[in-house]
Amino acid sequence: MRKRSKVARWALNIFAGMGLLYLFTPIIFIVAFSFNKPKGNFNIAWQEFTLENWMHPFAEKSLTHALRVSLEIAAVSTIISTVLGSLIAIALSRYKFRGSGGINIFLILPLTTPEIVLGSSLATLFLGQNFIEFGFTTIVIAHIMFQVSFVALTVRARIRGFDWTLEQAAQDLGASPMRTFMKVTLPLILPGILAASLLAFALSIDDFIITFFNSGNVVTFPLQIYGAARVRIPPQINVLASMILFLSVAVLLSGTIAGMRKEAAKTSAAKPKRHSLTKSG
Amino acid sequence: MTTAVTASRRISTNADRVGLGAMLVAAVCLIALGARWVSGPAASVLLLVLALVLIGVLVLALRGGPEARRLLAPYGLLKPGMLWLALFFLAPVWSLLRISLSTKPSRFSVDYNFTWAFENYSNAFKDFGTQFQHAFVYAAIATVLTVLIGYPLAYVIAFRGGRYKNILLGMVVIPFFTSYLIRTIAWSTILADRGFVVRTFDAVGLVQVLEWLHIMDNGKLLNTPAAVIGGLTYNFLPFMLLPIYVSLEKIDTNLVDAAGDLYSSAARAFRKVVLPLSVPGVFAGTLLTFIPAAGDFVNAQFLGNPNTTMIGNSIQDQFLKQNNYPVASAMSAVLMFSIASLVLIYTKIFGTEDLA
Repeated sequence: MRKRSKVARWALNIFAGMGLLYLFTPIIFIVAFSFNKPKGNFNIAWQEFTLENWMHPFAEKSLTHALRVSLEIAAVSTIISTVLGSLIAIALSRYKFRGSGGINIFLILPLTTPEIVLGSSLATLFLGQNFIEFGFTTIVIAHIMFQVSFVALTVRARIRGFDWTLEQAAQDLGASPMRTFMKVTLPLILPGILAASLLAFALSIDDFIITFFNSGNVVTFPLQIYGAARVRIPPQINVLASMILFLSVAVLLSGTIAGMRKEAAKTSAAKPKRHSLTKSG
Repeated sequence: MTTAVTASRRISTNADRVGLGAMLVAAVCLIALGARWVSGPAASVLLLVLALVLIGVLVLALRGGPEARRLLAPYGLLKPGMLWLALFFLAPVWSLLRISLSTKPSRFSVDYNFTWAFENYSNAFKDFGTQFQHAFVYAAIATVLTVLIGYPLAYVIAFRGGRYKNILLGMVVIPFFTSYLIRTIAWSTILADRGFVVRTFDAVGLVQVLEWLHIMDNGKLLNTPAAVIGGLTYNFLPFMLLPIYVSLEKIDTNLVDAAGDLYSSAARAFRKVVLPLSVPGVFAGTLLTFIPAAGDFVNAQFLGNPNTTMIGNSIQDQFLKQNNYPVASAMSAVLMFSIASLVLIYTKIFGTEDLA
């Protein structure tokens, strides 16, 4: 009996390990082939090891340019969507008001609509009007559209349980509403807003389907890869992808370490005095 | 004089109604203007209404006293984001529906006239029925596979991860920091005809078995339905795994111990305690996986062949290459409605609290 459950236990662990391996298969492939010296236009068969590609990561002019366009679009759309989404989240968690249930359901709608529907319908809005041309602006508008819901829901989840009476306390002590917001509210909800904006940034950088329908002549990083895939796959694609990967891992790790430090500080801090702060932070 | 005072007080105490009403009116104006439902002088009138409503609320907030301001505050905070969504999410859906019922004056025209052309829908079904079928079948199989792979992995991380829990969870997410397209293209090279996987299968004699299972076709792995489904499974796995993990993480392990103390076998404890408590996660994961998978065209394009195209490929082709906006819009609308009704049925069965 016990032996059997031990076998089952290990079988499950091994299955999970294989699952992780499955997740990493293409990633290992992408990173490994960034060190390949390809023959011909397609970087798909292993030839020989080289550091050449990493020495010249920006050698592919069109690819680098596309990456810059993507970063610009992500920066602009993230700033706007973070503001719009955070305001919605604050409204939803700070106030009880008429219609909040409807707003909650409405916010989920863009997330339960397939990207291709969002992209094609937005394109029909821009078709045949002469205010905006397809291009940078329409891509930014499209990205903000799907980022707002993500930001609002993430920030709302992160500031759930925030102690709003702290604002009252600050105002009782004579702080103006503006000062209260800047000195009390914002610092406490900022981690949630930052996390949401990182997510929004990542979503924007990687978006392909919605962008594809609303891009006009502007080429973002995913669009460039899509266009190149049939003609030529330079190893620089792998190098830039690996760079983005390592950078994200670094951000993730620093976030985890900061979280662990905070946790450690929390447990070692004087317990009774900081009670209300630790509860809300 | 006194009536004016009571009237203004009444407005102040009902400021929340005013705020909500103003937001809805402004949203409707934006939808109508954005989707070009009205044009000419009517559009100017609507623009005027929009401006007046926004100014009216602003005046009320400035002059209505603290009570009115408190009641109006949430609507003020909501308005920018909500109006953005009205103009760039709702208005587009409206214009999509309008174009789906329009006809093009000639084959090569980019213009269209609204004519209640329901034949766009029947044409969409007639010409692209197979693609609809592919989209829903492939997405359904991929969703089932993500549960089969994602659930055990989430279970092991949640209950056996110990202090490595966060690191393991990070490892699950890390692969998805590379671009979606690059990952899919990487799969197409991994599964290529003379690639590593096919050669290994060939060496250990798995090819016959896989061909019998209709996973491989003519010794090929790439450009088969299985490759498309595999790509969908891979790309949307985290959307299944993470919600399941969240729901498993919340489970009080004392409950499992209690079941054991009451002479329940491990398997029975899992079936009666853990599984029911993790249903919300599986439910949320199913929606988050199925919806993007059904509308995807990237996997079918890079991993499939011309006989495995999904509805996303057809919409993309008709819209961007053929400029056949009416039929492309009709297909988009059908996809949207069928997924909306699936979500509706699903939420009727499982409830909605766990969605957001």
